[in-house]
Amino acid sequence: MTVLFAVTAALVKVIFVLGFVVGLVVPLLTWLERRQSAMMQDRIGPNRADILLFGRRFRAWGLLHPIADAIKMLRKEDFVPAGAHKGLFTIAPVFAMAAPIIVFAVIPFGPTLCWGALWDVAPDPSSCASPTRLQIAHLDAGLLFVFAISSLSVYGYTLAGWASYNKWALLGGLRAAAQMISYEVTMGLAIVGALLVYGTLEPFAMVEAQRDGLMQWGVFRQPLGFILFFVAALAETKRAPFDMPEGESEIIGYFVEYGGMRFGMFMAGEFIEVVGAAAMITTVFLGGPFLPLGIDAALLQSLPHWAYVMAGVAVWGMKVMLLCMLQLAVRWTLPRFRYDQLMKLGWKGLLPASLLNLTATAVFSAWR
Amino acid sequence: MAATVKVVRPIRTWRDEIYLVEVLRGLYVTLRHLFVNVLFRRETTTIQYPEQKAKYPDRFRGLHRLMMRDDGRVRCVACMMCSTACPARCIHIEPAETEDANVEKFPAIFQINELLCVDCGLCVEACPCDAIRMDTGIHPAPVLHRKDALMGKVDLLSRAARSIAVQGGDGPDWRKHN
Repeated sequence: MTVLFAVTAALVKVIFVLGFVVGLVVPLLTWLERRQSAMMQDRIGPNRADILLFGRRFRAWGLLHPIADAIKMLRKEDFVPAGAHKGLFTIAPVFAMAAPIIVFAVIPFGPTLCWGALWDVAPDPSSCASPTRLQIAHLDAGLLFVFAISSLSVYGYTLAGWASYNKWALLGGLRAAAQMISYEVTMGLAIVGALLVYGTLEPFAMVEAQRDGLMQWGVFRQPLGFILFFVAALAETKRAPFDMPEGESEIIGYFVEYGGMRFGMFMAGEFIEVVGAAAMITTVFLGGPFLPLGIDAALLQSLPHWAYVMAGVAVWGMKVMLLCMLQLAVRWTLPRFRYDQLMKLGWKGLLPASLLNLTATAVFSAWR
Repeated sequence: MAATVKVVRPIRTWRDEIYLVEVLRGLYVTLRHLFVNVLFRRETTTIQYPEQKAKYPDRFRGLHRLMMRDDGRVRCVACMMCSTACPARCIHIEPAETEDANVEKFPAIFQINELLCVDCGLCVEACPCDAIRMDTGIHPAPVLHRKDALMGKVDLLSRAARSIAVQGGDGPDWRKHN
């Protein structure tokens, strides 16, 4: 495998993941957030933005609203409040948006691609000339990398709160920091149980370990860990019922001084975190790009290799999308926690539960 | 005597405390609405405004209008009953004398400020000669400037009609008809 091939393959994968997450899923989620919530509440939702094509106006079920929103945000005034720290004020949304994007580097989004055997049915991986993992970075410490990077985004929120020169924004930033730190502990401990089960930190190896059957999936081997991780991931995305840091409608959040595309970057970062949480859950608990119950093996034996790989990517996308929709549904079902309830749930509820889960998993693994 | 505070705490079982069961029940409700609305029918009561309009109640009054005599002149005799009855003081009348011996006065200026009007209809109740009515059912239009909401005689008479009520002079004696 030449260097040029490796670089090209890596670039194509980066462009695919960026295009899928930032270019497709995030705009779709901004639409789905409004449309799905409208349907859940017996409303209609956004349906006004239209486009003039061939002399007719097309509304496309409101799907053009993300485009209209982007144009609106880009055309707004680029505003920095008086007294704000200009440099930090500018870099805060970059932290908030970049950190969740980088997490996708270790997420496997498809099975191993075997160049040169695209038309064969079920090519032998060992005889493959240049196997390409559909995963941007193959890191042995993959999940540690995820936690290291996703923790960085909290800098964005606290910096935004501090640099805004606004007491309420500062308090919002503090709330964000406290909440993120509280729930990251649970998140990490919930994952450790899965690490013990799989015996690896590498996401691709985890996905491969879940390939054999439905009962090999993380959800069934680590049910409590799955629930704890899901709740902690919801809290990490800072959306209702854990939207204390923003509280856009009543209490004022850390990005109160932000407007235009600067605010848009916070919003996009939040939605990327939603997709990131869905991708993490798909990888660790839901078998990644593989279907259970022998469907994966049947596809492998019946489809040419390129179609099998495409099917795997599509399955991964479907799983991520469904998990995103579930997160949106939770967001529009539950009201916000009070601050003391939030801390109580995090430190007195989820943390002991995750420790219990870890202990039980460790004892069970050692006993077996 | 010390005040006693009765603290009422909701009774929560362990099932409520772990949240999960109640969260799932909540999700069942919201997702049921989602699927029913997406797959079968829209339960929305939304009115798509520019295309559809809300139906006003039958007794909706709408904008004022002034009525005409048979010869097309304004029926109003500038008696100031309506502007006296008006609780919002939105009617401004400046009377003037007429040549007609049967009609003492007529309004030289008759202005209603639609921004002040509270649509109570008391001016119509007060009017002794069926000169002012609030039966057009026309919704007051939004205006760019406050002065545009001031309706003069021309505006009010543009919606006018001839009233069949007999006014002034030697009208029929209602006692005879009873």
